[in-house]
Amino acid sequence: MNYIDTSLKVVGTRPIRPDGVDKVTGRAVFAADTRAAGMLWGKVLRSPHAHARIVSIDTSKAEALAGVHAVVTAADFPEIVSEEAFVGEGPMNFRDLSMNCMARGKALYEGHALAAVAATTQEIADRALALIDVQYDVLPHVIDVEAAMADDAPVLHDDLFTAGVDPAPTKPSNVAKVVTFRKGDAEAGFAEADVIVEGRYTTQPVHQAYIEPHACMATYAPDGQVSIHSSSQGHFMVRAYTAKLLGLNLSNIRVNPAEIGGGFGGKTLVYLEPVAVALSRKCGRTVKMQMTREEVFRASGPTSGAAMEIKIGAKKDGTIVAAKQILKYQAGAFPGSPIGPGCMCGFAMYDLPNVDVVGYDVVSNRPKVAAYRAPGAPITSFAVECALDDLALKLDLDPLTLREKNAAKNGTKTHYGPTHHNIGFTAVLDAVKAHPHWKSPVKEGQGRGLACGFWFNIGGESSAQVHVNEDGTVTAATGSPDIGGSRASIGMMVAEVLGVPPTTVRTIVADTASIGFTFLTGGSRVTFATGMAATQAAEKVVEDLKRRAAQTWEIPVEAVEWKDGKAYPAGSNAGAFEPLDLATLALKSPRTGGPIIAEVSVNAQGAGPGFGAHICDVSVDRETGQVTIERYTAVQDVGKAIHPSYVEGQIQGGAAQGIGWALNEEYIYNDKGQMENPGFLDYRVPVASDVPMIEAVLVEVPNPRHPFGARGVGEVPIIPPMAAIGNAIRRAAGVRMHDLPMSPPKLRAALDAASG
Amino acid sequence: MSGLSYAAPTSVDEAVKLLAGASGLAKVLSGGTDLLVQMRSGRVKPDLIVDTKKIPGLIGIREENGSYVIGAATPGAMVEAHAGMKAAWPGVVEALDLIGSTQIQGRCTLAGNLCNASPAADSVPALFAAGATAVIVGGKGRREVPVEQVPVGPGRTSLGKDEFILEFRLPPRPARSSDAYLRFIPRTEMDIAVVGCGISVTLDDKGVCTTARVALGAVAPTVVLVPDAAQALVGHKLDADTLAKLDAAAQAAAKPINDKRGTIEYRVKVAGVLARRVAAIAFDRAQGFVNGKAH
Repeated sequence: MNYIDTSLKVVGTRPIRPDGVDKVTGRAVFAADTRAAGMLWGKVLRSPHAHARIVSIDTSKAEALAGVHAVVTAADFPEIVSEEAFVGEGPMNFRDLSMNCMARGKALYEGHALAAVAATTQEIADRALALIDVQYDVLPHVIDVEAAMADDAPVLHDDLFTAGVDPAPTKPSNVAKVVTFRKGDAEAGFAEADVIVEGRYTTQPVHQAYIEPHACMATYAPDGQVSIHSSSQGHFMVRAYTAKLLGLNLSNIRVNPAEIGGGFGGKTLVYLEPVAVALSRKCGRTVKMQMTREEVFRASGPTSGAAMEIKIGAKKDGTIVAAKQILKYQAGAFPGSPIGPGCMCGFAMYDLPNVDVVGYDVVSNRPKVAAYRAPGAPITSFAVECALDDLALKLDLDPLTLREKNAAKNGTKTHYGPTHHNIGFTAVLDAVKAHPHWKSPVKEGQGRGLACGFWFNIGGESSAQVHVNEDGTVTAATGSPDIGGSRASIGMMVAEVLGVPPTTVRTIVADTASIGFTFLTGGSRVTFATGMAATQAAEKVVEDLKRRAAQTWEIPVEAVEWKDGKAYPAGSNAGAFEPLDLATLALKSPRTGGPIIAEVSVNAQGAGPGFGAHICDVSVDRETGQVTIERYTAVQDVGKAIHPSYVEGQIQGGAAQGIGWALNEEYIYNDKGQMENPGFLDYRVPVASDVPMIEAVLVEVPNPRHPFGARGVGEVPIIPPMAAIGNAIRRAAGVRMHDLPMSPPKLRAALDAASG
Repeated sequence: MSGLSYAAPTSVDEAVKLLAGASGLAKVLSGGTDLLVQMRSGRVKPDLIVDTKKIPGLIGIREENGSYVIGAATPGAMVEAHAGMKAAWPGVVEALDLIGSTQIQGRCTLAGNLCNASPAADSVPALFAAGATAVIVGGKGRREVPVEQVPVGPGRTSLGKDEFILEFRLPPRPARSSDAYLRFIPRTEMDIAVVGCGISVTLDDKGVCTTARVALGAVAPTVVLVPDAAQALVGHKLDADTLAKLDAAAQAAAKPINDKRGTIEYRVKVAGVLARRVAAIAFDRAQGFVNGKAH
């Protein structure tokens, strides 16, 4: 059913958010809020060394301390063979994840977990950690991605041989794999070019910086039944990883999703849950664990930092004839950077005849990277969109015109294979062109930057139930943790189908034992895929309600229509009956077949890709190198905004995170490979006053594969900001910043260098 | 496990006795906005905390013979609400106002900022520039010292074990005097100064500087007074030549380190930039011009 052309009553409106009152009054139960009788506190001992062989771990003194109930090390976890996991958002190997949760043999980064204790109080747990005697053989370490690729670099894994090269290497290295994407003949394309721009760009790893640190509470009962309360982007993901890492059956683990205080991709894998279960298994008590902010920084995943080279060739009129990129993405201590999407996304927005992209996935002695909004795409796009701006300057072309000239359209074949269908990039560029911000003159002393972004968006497996309660109100249950407003959007789609006000539909996130399998919340998939399941479940309920009305009226079901929350006879021939509303049908349900409920599980395909374009005006203090964002507009094709306020919020949030990425966020390491800024004082995410009001402009090119035309919206907005700001700085101050963050000291140095 | 004792004496003598008699580490608590954070992170593990807030006179601002006296535990918010202080010492007030957030302002104090002895403390360059003195009490009685004699290194002060600051005294203000403070931070708020600069000046009726004090923060192990920078101002109007000399003197006095908050090269340059900008504000204020607020 396609509702997009019909008049919508709920979808597209802005009802009050269903979780709002709980959150502003502090009643919402986050993972750290959970308590249980007899609960113990679990804490983790972490490596102070960036790279060290673990010679021995003596836990006897910790175990002897009064109040300590369990101590675990890698010896308490089964050794797992290398096996690719498709449980989380990014590539992950079960063995690597096990070794990331608890180091085995070697500590691979400062903060790597070595042991954990469970004790009656947090203080005793801390004292027990201090009593664990670890003997290390400290090894040389490597932090930087290109240093890690050098022939003489310290090798993290002696069984890691570069995949994707022929012949296969015989020597282990830190390069986990090499990926290549080619279309046409790039060299031939460059030979035809009138103008070529080249550049080398670097980005820093940046943390998702969710406000809620990782937390969980776990119980391993005497009968082997495990219950876990935790905050994550997918409780089925937590169940799968925990089962695998501890050798348990899925049916013996029940994971209850807590309210989540931000994830942004960073909660698509586990750190604490298997450890808490292992501790509980050892002592038989409930164990609660929560990270400090310092632990979050030292031990949980940021996204990759990268070094990139780019070359783009064009004709005088701006037609791009060839593009080439070399991407080196840092993966952290285990393979699995988002190099794949990195290789695909940068050039995906453009119709390019000749493309050559090579990507490297590189390990180094840093925390394993985790997904972060549009994993891989913001990095590559920083290079591509800055290079395009240089191209526009060189050709004396308007940067928007340059993009219009080369924009991907329906039917454009990407360099990585698929052909674009039903995309809205040109509609986004049209909206930029028409926007007052773009049309206004740039203010004196300021510069204006434009940059674009692409993200695939995904679908996947989702389950949803719709229950009509005895009084005619509705409960919608899904397996998708709500990290971006999905309870609101799911409830609104169900209300739309049922023809009832959204306030009568309550959406909940059901635990792993109470709903069908649902893939995690990631890839901007939930409003699309879980929304599809919920919509279909609501449609099944409508069919059931029509059947019940037909039964009541003793007419054929074809003679009943459902409108505005009521069953009507389909015409005068069907008979003259008073409409039956949801409450009446619910009341009569015992006599018409029992409870009214439907459950639908889907593997949704056809998530429409998203495109965005950001306009940014900056001023630059040439004496301090400080950049002020003066005006910011983010235009995005969202398919159909189910709840526009949430969509605008997603866009504003993504842009704000991108502003931090662009200007100040970075990991600062000392010469021992230890992070020097593991806190929000010196890891500088933007504060409210750093960010202007971000105007979100919603372009709606419907995705025909979704019942209401929705596309994922949460990831695209973090892609353009770095280049939009870089381009604005270039135009305001005359210098091209190639290295993130574009912090005041760097910008001042660049300005000094430029002025000789 | 060591215990932690807390005492909130109601007299100076009682407080001095507690400090003098403490075994182990005793810490003086006023607002606690540094101390509690340090305790929570495990960096400081005191055996005794002596809270000074209940001692009469420790909280409050009074005027004595044309000069202001500020109790050591007076929270920032109270100073900022004081019309007389704002008129006479806008630089001190704006520097204090930069510490932390609105919530922190309800607690943080000048004494805590000075005795935490961070070279990046915001209110300290302004106090140095103001020529403030600290009244210190202890077992040997009472002494009054220039504030620049209190911090001696990062986290270290010249105060004895049984001593604490009772109050600050700001000198009487001649006509055409004012002060200003600016810091540079990469963000717009909630940050630690990469460089800070406080300047206090008195001008004659032609706008020529007759006295000046210039202090820099975060460019040395302690906040530093820069007499050469003050000298560049005295006898001059704030013309281009004077500004250039001030900039050079500030840069010459800056001896920062490379750390996570800034590089040597950058801090030195910004010390000069801030000195010029702060001088401009202080001169404007001294001449009664409407002026901007601290960055």
